[in-house]
Amino acid sequence: MIETLRAPGRARARRSYWRLRPLKGIGYATPVAVMVAVFFVLPLGLVFWMSANRWRLLGSPTFNFPDNYTRIPENQLFLDSIVFTLKYTAIVTVVLSAVAMGLALLVQEERRGTGFLRTVYFLPGAVGFAAAGLLFYGFYAQDGPLDDLLQATGLVDEPVRWLGTPNAALFSTIAMVIWRFAGFNMLILLTGLQAIPMDVYEAARLDGATRRQIFRHITLPLLRPTLALMLVLSVTGSLLAFDQFFIMTRGGPDGSTTSIVMVLYREAFTRFDLGFAAAVSVVLLVALVLLNTLQLRVLLRGE
Amino acid sequence: MASKPRIAITLAVLSLAGMVAACGGGDDAADDKPAGAAQSGSGDTGAALTMWTRAATEAASGRLVKEYNATHKNQVKLTVIPTDNYQARVAAAAGGDNLPDLFASDVIYAPNYTSQGLYLDITDRINELSFKDSLAPAHMRLGTFEDKQYTVPHTLDLSVLFWNKKLYEEAGLDPETPPKTMKEFAEHATTIREKIGGDTYGTFFGGNCPGCYVFTFWPSVWAAGGDIMNEDGSASTIDDPNMAETFKIYNQLVQDDVVAPAAKDEAGPTWTGVFPKGKIGVMPMPSTTLGAMPPDMDIGVAPIPGPDGGESTFVGGDVIGVSASSDQADAAWDFLAWTLSEEAQVELLAKNKDVVARTDLANNKYSAEDPRVVLSNEMVAKGETPFALNFGATYNDPTGPWLKVARDAVYGDNVEQALASGKESLTQSLAQQ
Repeated sequence: MIETLRAPGRARARRSYWRLRPLKGIGYATPVAVMVAVFFVLPLGLVFWMSANRWRLLGSPTFNFPDNYTRIPENQLFLDSIVFTLKYTAIVTVVLSAVAMGLALLVQEERRGTGFLRTVYFLPGAVGFAAAGLLFYGFYAQDGPLDDLLQATGLVDEPVRWLGTPNAALFSTIAMVIWRFAGFNMLILLTGLQAIPMDVYEAARLDGATRRQIFRHITLPLLRPTLALMLVLSVTGSLLAFDQFFIMTRGGPDGSTTSIVMVLYREAFTRFDLGFAAAVSVVLLVALVLLNTLQLRVLLRGE
Repeated sequence: MASKPRIAITLAVLSLAGMVAACGGGDDAADDKPAGAAQSGSGDTGAALTMWTRAATEAASGRLVKEYNATHKNQVKLTVIPTDNYQARVAAAAGGDNLPDLFASDVIYAPNYTSQGLYLDITDRINELSFKDSLAPAHMRLGTFEDKQYTVPHTLDLSVLFWNKKLYEEAGLDPETPPKTMKEFAEHATTIREKIGGDTYGTFFGGNCPGCYVFTFWPSVWAAGGDIMNEDGSASTIDDPNMAETFKIYNQLVQDDVVAPAAKDEAGPTWTGVFPKGKIGVMPMPSTTLGAMPPDMDIGVAPIPGPDGGESTFVGGDVIGVSASSDQADAAWDFLAWTLSEEAQVELLAKNKDVVARTDLANNKYSAEDPRVVLSNEMVAKGETPFALNFGATYNDPTGPWLKVARDAVYGDNVEQALASGKESLTQSLAQQ
């Protein structure tokens, strides 16, 4: 009795479900769409509009396209920052990939203590980036804990000027970035490594492949999509470097660690020239899109 | 690593900040009382006033506001904004017409706001003050734009020489006689380094801190009658012989190992923390730090001399004005006039060893107890504050041209050449529209 009553009701429900499904979909998607529109599409449009105007932080904007763009090549600080940012990106990406890969291989297999080690390696990633910058700024300070430790153990006699020379400042900052991000990149690689089926390894071992051969001919090729993701994240993030240099070196010493985004910040918030800063952002955005497309093409060739 | 649309997000956050500020402004509007309610020149009508200040000078502002609220019908609500964000916040609020009734400004940046019409013209109100001629002259100059006055002094911070009397005695120098010229300054510092040595050095400065060079080196040029810029701050005159002379003295001190080596990397945050450790003989310091020095440390305070004599100081600190968009100007002025009164200046600022904003109050019952405070107070009348619309981008920003010029001059091997080539880049930055 109950069954017969329920059946047509269920059919009706199913029919109305199919009729309502598109609406439901729209309902689910709307909040995200609104967020994307308000927080991404709208500001992006605004950036393009600003870059076509003389837009001071104070006073009303006036249309001046393409003045902001033609002024970009005249800005020596910006040109220098491109060279520096590329150099930084190259070093960070190579070192970070190597360290992350090393860590991932270390804790790849389930053994006693791997859970603990994975947590330890990942923990720095839970520290805010700005906080990590301040932390290392404190470590590197003259008469700071790092110098005290080195002097107490007799490794150095004089205080080390961690941020005092262009190279020291660059590598001290890179050390902080590696510390902060190695664990996170390890995690990305780990997901890729664990997606490789064990029987592929077993088959290789049965065929007498050495460890090196397994890594070269099995792990690396199968890890390619994951590596691509990690590289894209690392390159993009490094090209947009700001916090670490803003906090630890303020672009110094002698302007040697001024990244592209720091120039952008200076134009917008020290010189109050938002139009020019927006033009630089647009150029940077286009460069990033092109670079990422190229990177993915090369890395995922034949996939 | 940062997510991809980082810049877009930053800008989105900024535009949001504008919206949030708009909402904040809306709340206050409900409490507004019509400005016309003020009767017979008295602005104490029970108005609710809003005020902004930067974190760096929060202490003095807070004390003034607290006492004013306790003794007046008007109530001032003080909002303290992180120093690094202050300019951007003011500009964003100005764009959205959301400025508070009163806002303070680092005196150096006052011209940016007066030239944009953010402050109300208070020339007539200032003229009614019986003590208007004794208001800190350098601050008054910076608050004046095209012959109209927009701001009054709020808090003062001067650069003065601190010398460590104990080290002077140890080095066989007279602990009661400070250097009268920069050349004597160099002799004293060198003697201390040579006679005591070890980890004790003659002097110290913020060698990687652009604002520190401005604050501590420029007074030597003014003391000798020279200047760093032209009148309207649009061209650099950094090749002034007195600037070269001053840099040469510091350059020599660096070469002779008289300057503590940490100076070269000192980017600013800790430059005032070195002297109180008792290992530095004599150095320019901010007057506001005197109250924070170790109580058992015997410190002398003297004006910063020029290469061959004279004396001057950099008059820093904050000025404050009524925002042009405030509809409670009478009430806001009531607060400003009160902060400059003898009662507020002496009981709230001088009592705390702060420098007073009025030269006629230099000698008051609290400063009389400490001649060093009287000296700072008196220097207010003799000091300078440089005027330039592009001051921040040119001189205070570490990626701006000034830091390179100063470092080349102090740590390079040719001062004249460093200043000559610096003059060009500085003028270019100052003249930029």
